[in-house]
Amino acid sequence: MNAYLSIDDVGITFQTEKGSFRALDHVNLKVEKGEFISIIGHSGCGKSTILNIVAGLLQATEGGVLLENREVDSPGPDRAVVFQNHSLLPWLSVYDNIKLAVDKVHAKSKSKAERHAWIMHNLQLVRMDHAKDKTPNEISGGMKQRVGIARALAMEPKVLLLDEPFGALDALTRAHLQDSLLEIQRRLGNTVMMITHDVDEAVLLSDRIVMMSNGPAASIAQVLKVELAHPRRRVELADDAQYNHYRAEVLRFLHGHAPASAAA
Amino acid sequence: MTMVTTPTQVKEAAVAAPLSRPIAPSELKKKLRHVAAVTVPPLVGLIVLLGLWELACQQAGAMLPPPSKVLTDTKELILDPFFDNGGTDKGLFWHLAASLKRVAMGFSLSAIIGITLGMIIGQSKVAMRALDPIFQVLRTVPPLAWLPISLAAFKAADPSAIFVIFITSVWPIILNTAVGVRNIPQDYRNVAAVLRLSPLEFFAKIAMPASVPYIFTGLKIGIGLSWLAIVAAEMLIGGVGIGFFIWDAWNSSLMSEIILALVYVGLVGFALDRLITLIGKKVAG
Repeated sequence: MNAYLSIDDVGITFQTEKGSFRALDHVNLKVEKGEFISIIGHSGCGKSTILNIVAGLLQATEGGVLLENREVDSPGPDRAVVFQNHSLLPWLSVYDNIKLAVDKVHAKSKSKAERHAWIMHNLQLVRMDHAKDKTPNEISGGMKQRVGIARALAMEPKVLLLDEPFGALDALTRAHLQDSLLEIQRRLGNTVMMITHDVDEAVLLSDRIVMMSNGPAASIAQVLKVELAHPRRRVELADDAQYNHYRAEVLRFLHGHAPASAAA
Repeated sequence: MTMVTTPTQVKEAAVAAPLSRPIAPSELKKKLRHVAAVTVPPLVGLIVLLGLWELACQQAGAMLPPPSKVLTDTKELILDPFFDNGGTDKGLFWHLAASLKRVAMGFSLSAIIGITLGMIIGQSKVAMRALDPIFQVLRTVPPLAWLPISLAAFKAADPSAIFVIFITSVWPIILNTAVGVRNIPQDYRNVAAVLRLSPLEFFAKIAMPASVPYIFTGLKIGIGLSWLAIVAAEMLIGGVGIGFFIWDAWNSSLMSEIILALVYVGLVGFALDRLITLIGKKVAG
């Protein structure tokens, strides 16, 4: 019996002008259905590269990715991505940005009226239905990221891929969005893989935290299982001994693996 | 007591004020001042220029007529742009209309072909490598140098003129569109990839809207070049058209008519430029 999503012995080498660069080496990870996985590591450790390989935007040099026992070889809506810089199309309204995805993914499975209802449902899920006619330039960064999440959820992906989704937001907005994401994920049971460099974010949201060694030839160094009961509330957890233990664990790992060049 | 009543009085006054004054005089003044600030400097510039010209050309031996003489000489042409005595003896409206019609045809053709080719060479590295050097050389060929070839190919004046417009204005449209497509952010390409958009959907839903600002830069340069080319081409091919009108006036030594025609050519060129800018703003939303 194979895992829902399995990353099998993935390695990737980039050909650059300065010669070849080994980014990832022997990466192995099994993810169960409905699991929330965070990948954490220093910048440049290749965590986004793993995500892009799962998304199909990059091809692994060796090894491969299996999703429900089928090999991933190209991008597709079953692995929807929420990008760090939201990547909404600025010439389309919030509604039309999601409509583009919904019309493409659910063209056959849903009628026009059902598609409209589905778009509105997903906008309500991220509490952005009030801004459906605004363009991305008219809403704040946090709102854009909400719409980006709604667009990804509307594709009903088997795996939701989040590439530092809240990295560019201020702390308060980030906290709000983390709570929303956690609540939605608990409700819908999505399988999520999130790249982050925020320790609190990783501990609060994840079932397991995957810690990456530094590149070149980065790999998974350690996996931490987070056994905190749901619902998780950040204010209560702040004084929780177990939460702080997990936090300390991740911090110790990151500081033990500080890249030589990042001392400054 | 007074300490208590004063704030309420102020509040009442603030509420009552909007009812008693439909238009704030200070706002009207501000608006007028803004209009004046925008319109007065160019008017002053124009008057100074005309004044200098008048002074310079008032002497007996002057080579060019002063503006006052241009006005009196061309009064009939200005007042009646719509007369038609057959042949090429027509009002300026008809000459300008004929030139604009040629530009409209040639420019539409170059917009359609230019945007299509630009999309292709912007998207495909091979097409880019194959065609870019050829385009870079061809785009430097002056408009009129194309005229003999097109006359030989089409054996008629009108299609030749339209071809010259096309071949002059197509290059900036191709090159700018290609730059626009090449500059589509990787994020948008990733979105298209995740959604598995077909190449046709990618062009219609991502590439086109993403490169609209670049396309309109190309169209704006293109329309300017078209208008430059048509006046020159018409001087050579004859027939009805503002270029021919200028050449005809030169042959009859009617300097005032030439000057009037130049003013019209300038104004129409300006209007064309503004028109494309306006459409560009509308399309970009």
